Amino acid sequence: MPELEVNGKTYQTDEEGYLINLGDWNEDVAKVLAEGEKVEMSDNHWEVVNFLREYYNDFQIAPAVRVLTKAIGKKFGPDKGNSKYLYELFPYGPAKQACKIAGLPKPTGCI
Amino acid sequence: MATSNFEVPELTGCTETPRVQEGAAAGIGSFLANAPIQEALGFPGELVEDWHDRAIGKMGELLGKYRSLQVFMDACVHCGACTDKCHYFLGTGDPKNMPVARQELMRKVYRRYFTFAGKMFPSLVGAIDLTREVIDDWYKYYYQCSECRRCSVYCPYGIDTAEITMAGREILDSIGVGQKYTNEILGKVHRIGNNLGLPGPALEDTLSGLEEDVLDETGCDVKFPIDVKGAEVLLITPSADFFSEPHVESLIGYAKVFHAAGISWTLSSMASEAGNFGMFIGSYDQLRKVALRIREAALELGVKRIVVGECGHAWRVAYSFWNTLIGVGGGADDEFGRMLQKQLDGAYPQPAHICEYTYDLLQRGVIQVDKEANDHRVITFHDSCNVARGAGMGGIPGGQFSIPRALIKSVANNFHDMAAETIREGTFCCGGGGGLLTDDLMELRVKGAQPRMNALKNVVDGEGVNFMATICAICKAQFTKVLPYYGYEMGMVGGVHQLVSTAIKLKCDK
Repeated sequence: MPELEVNGKTYQTDEEGYLINLGDWNEDVAKVLAEGEKVEMSDNHWEVVNFLREYYNDFQIAPAVRVLTKAIGKKFGPDKGNSKYLYELFPYGPAKQACKIAGLPKPTGCI
Repeated sequence: MATSNFEVPELTGCTETPRVQEGAAAGIGSFLANAPIQEALGFPGELVEDWHDRAIGKMGELLGKYRSLQVFMDACVHCGACTDKCHYFLGTGDPKNMPVARQELMRKVYRRYFTFAGKMFPSLVGAIDLTREVIDDWYKYYYQCSECRRCSVYCPYGIDTAEITMAGREILDSIGVGQKYTNEILGKVHRIGNNLGLPGPALEDTLSGLEEDVLDETGCDVKFPIDVKGAEVLLITPSADFFSEPHVESLIGYAKVFHAAGISWTLSSMASEAGNFGMFIGSYDQLRKVALRIREAALELGVKRIVVGECGHAWRVAYSFWNTLIGVGGGADDEFGRMLQKQLDGAYPQPAHICEYTYDLLQRGVIQVDKEANDHRVITFHDSCNVARGAGMGGIPGGQFSIPRALIKSVANNFHDMAAETIREGTFCCGGGGGLLTDDLMELRVKGAQPRMNALKNVVDGEGVNFMATICAICKAQFTKVLPYYGYEMGMVGGVHQLVSTAIKLKCDK
């Protein structure tokens, strides 16, 4: 099983680098996951990542793209409530890339 | 432009047969399913010790069960008509992606164990033993086939490589070699109800959010009902419609159609998935088990009609197999199948495709549209393989080609087809169908999309096309990812009901 090393501790991931255990996540782990994705974490990135974790906590799944854009827009300003903004932050797609950094399982299906 | 660690083919507008490059796609492979994923579907968790005997046994079983497979093993005369018809061969140049070569992977083993000449004189008839290397090749190349069936259109014997691929995958699963992407998703359908793993509460939250959005945009109180007993119509749609862009735009379109027509409808949390990946792995048991959720939901909700949303392979399963599988349409001969047949209204096609459903309402003047609302779009239509070559529509020959086009032309003014040899029954796969829509196969997906991208380029350059409509969730997701590799905007792809959604007149006060 592939592993991720952060501050001398190792964490299990799947083949694509998603954390196996949700509870392993912390901000340092997120930073290392982001580095692997070539994403430099700014406050804007953290806003999205933290929202994803809150939503997952409530619903056991990442939010739909439209739910995410709307919630981010409501919370942090209408200029941020669109998928273009989210793709600028997470070029490989907010659903997959931001989920990985947030320590959530990868959404699967016809997406 | 998306970045990649492989060479993205250059678009010339003309897809030429590539130079053959042995092993060009040998490095492309998808992740194997782990033991929990396999075992959840009743497959062995890892390669079994007696894999050789079990695989041959399974092959014998399938040859006995599927007459087609037996014929396909025997009938090929190596005429070569299929060689340049596969988008993955055209995109990669790997000769094992020629349909005949993909078939030969199994045929060589078939000859060795199931024909007299192959048993006695294997080397004379190109028969080989089943070895680990053969198993590895099967896994690699049976998961480099999107089961699109384009090659079968050009085969003088009608050999369907998709069925051979399905048999290959079924044999592999039976010895503990499964694909992570497909089998993990099948597990989610059984556990949670849909491919995405979207639980009921998340689904309800998403749908109520959509109601708010549509109300804001249109001033109309368009509902997205779920689990409503006694509704007229049960809509079965891919779960990507709830989750992704541009899929959700079509879901909004369906809801507006039902609203404008004044027909009561419902989604089902139990059957919140049209897709049926059981077909992709050739497993009849999985195919049936996934389909049975729909029967259970239909019986429980007491609906009169079943309508299927924009999902390519789901429509094949629904149109071609639901009748005998679960009793939607004539054919099922078990208690619940007969019960469902009695419940559904025989005055309507069962199941109905959302395109034939909406087009019929338009024809009868039940709903009206403002075509000019789509004037900013110049539209082309990508036929999805499972609709084009695996199903029909509307009870008329070629309805699966004519109805979506007629629907587009009724809601928009600017439409141009792509080149004739790349559409209708000759349509090129999007490059991500049949269980290949996974990130670990991105190189294959990008390269396999090349023939479609070339055809698209011609209508973009020649006709100013800026929107490619399609009626399949996989096609939409695949193009969203792949278009940027070729320098196009991901927003260029969308659903037919996205166009309906733009043009439809809603009866309410703004």
